[in-house]
Amino acid sequence: MSAVPLLDIRNLSRNYASGGLFGGRQTTRALDDLSMTVAPGTIHGIVGESGCGKSTLARLVMALDRPTSGSVSFDGEDLFRLSDRDLKRKRRDFQMVFQDPFGSLDPRHTVGRIVAEPLHVLKVKPGRAERRDRVAAMLEAVGLSPDHAARYPHAFSGGQRQRIAIARALITEPKLVVADEAVSALDLSVQAQVLNLLMDLRDRRGVTFLFITHNLAVVDAVADRVGVMYCGRLVESGPAQAVFARPLHPYTRLLADAEPDVTRFGRPDRPPVTVAEPIDFGVGCSFRNRCPLAMRRCATERPELRSLEGGPQMRDRQTACHCAEMLLEMNTPV
Amino acid sequence: MSAVIPSGTGQIVPSRGKLRRAVSRGNLVIGGLLIGLIGAIALLSLVWTPLPPGKLNIVQKLKPPLAQGLLGTDHLGRDLASMLMVGAWNSLSIAVLAVTMGAFAGTLIGVTVAARRGWFEAIMMRANDVIFALPPILSAMMLGALLGTGRRTAIIAIAVFMVPVFARVTASAALQVLSRNYVLAARGAGKGGIRITVDHVLPNIANQIIVQVTIQLGLAILTEAGLSFLGLGMAPPAPTWGRMLADAQTYLGRAPWLAILPGLAIALTVLGFNMLGDGLRDLLDPREKGR
Repeated sequence: MSAVPLLDIRNLSRNYASGGLFGGRQTTRALDDLSMTVAPGTIHGIVGESGCGKSTLARLVMALDRPTSGSVSFDGEDLFRLSDRDLKRKRRDFQMVFQDPFGSLDPRHTVGRIVAEPLHVLKVKPGRAERRDRVAAMLEAVGLSPDHAARYPHAFSGGQRQRIAIARALITEPKLVVADEAVSALDLSVQAQVLNLLMDLRDRRGVTFLFITHNLAVVDAVADRVGVMYCGRLVESGPAQAVFARPLHPYTRLLADAEPDVTRFGRPDRPPVTVAEPIDFGVGCSFRNRCPLAMRRCATERPELRSLEGGPQMRDRQTACHCAEMLLEMNTPV
Repeated sequence: MSAVIPSGTGQIVPSRGKLRRAVSRGNLVIGGLLIGLIGAIALLSLVWTPLPPGKLNIVQKLKPPLAQGLLGTDHLGRDLASMLMVGAWNSLSIAVLAVTMGAFAGTLIGVTVAARRGWFEAIMMRANDVIFALPPILSAMMLGALLGTGRRTAIIAIAVFMVPVFARVTASAALQVLSRNYVLAARGAGKGGIRITVDHVLPNIANQIIVQVTIQLGLAILTEAGLSFLGLGMAPPAPTWGRMLADAQTYLGRAPWLAILPGLAIALTVLGFNMLGDGLRDLLDPREKGR
């Protein structure tokens, strides 16, 4: 890992208030004291099931929402301490690709106008001709034709639309792109094209990606590092391939086992995993009601992210499980 | 026993979708023609009428259609066709001005409410409810007491009545647009609330506003006629459909055409706007598309 992280998230929490009138107010913890760093020029995957706070994290990193507590430092500057003006200028360096390629493009704007939209944040706004040239170059970079700029989004397929969204995210030449389920809505073959495009951008332009998805196979294929989220907390992090090959948290293992595999078509050869609702207990480990290894300590003491002993293989890896050593022994090939 | 219907009987049963489209196409065409015709007559009255609409001719009073002039004369011998033509201009101009003002103010409130939410939304929407609860006739009477009756009062009274309708339609449509990801993308591109409203919200709700304007125009015509009928509209020598109807009450037995003709004019105009509105809705509203 390089010394200076591009993105440094510290103790980030976000509560949502819900209810009112008759139900009484309730707070939902979408993010709970989450800390992580992203090194420049890498693809950093974030996985977890629906509702675990992945999208909240994306919105906070994009400064589209404010945290209840904690900070997000981007390139050394705390995003939530910047003035509106400075934040707007800073936005050229971080852009986002959304999950839904249909809802994220305004149907009433031409593709050219959509792709050019973030140019709005530049200090010196480019003229019409330069704008057109940049849009054309960007469309070519994502594998579309410059002629497409005059058309409207409805004329394009899902994969093409996602390319348009990627072109929009890249036009200001940002350092960081947050991709929230950016390929989930696409066919497998189109997914592969878009993923190749992202890796190409990382390798050739040094773009950093925060790649948020529920799809382990995709993260396994493209990510350098991965963070696994459960109930608003990071439960495991490390190099992507190592994490999935030898999970150090029972939740990661459950995810890895639940992932369908081409080699395992047909009926599962093991009993299906029991799926309990994730509950935010507030105290102890949130995963204990679904955990096969749960013990008494898990109900009283919240496991914090920690590194394990175990030589070079364990370097850069962290887990938030009291029983990680046990899991490691179980997984160790004899 | 179920009879087997031989194929190829030559009968074509249109699908419901086709029928719907045909009906909405019909609405659009008929409504458009009606409004176009009435609008043309209204504009024509500015430069030409068969007779000056205020010209009295007591000797030829209460003549039936075709006996004197095209559509007969009223109790003072004025030419009914000329009065209806000028009345069309008066009704339409008041309705268009009032709805334009109401739509403008209502849309402004609606998009602001959608963008701001919170206490601002609560206050504005409750104020809307209060205004909406007052019938326009009542607000016209109150305004009349304040400003004196006349064209201006009628326009303001109808416009005030229109504001909450547009505020609600725009607010709910704008909220829908604001929940879309392209708005989030625009915020990520550093755009502020006003920029987003102008660039994204208004273009995406314009269709719904246009449809509502058309429907509200019909309602405004009806309200204007009601106000004139009660003497709260334009001041007397100016002919309006509502007052023609009021004047005709006395002569309903002797000269029924005096009531039927302006009544028909009002009914056709309102019908025209409603059909046009329905047709436009089917044509423009994305919610109806792709069914």
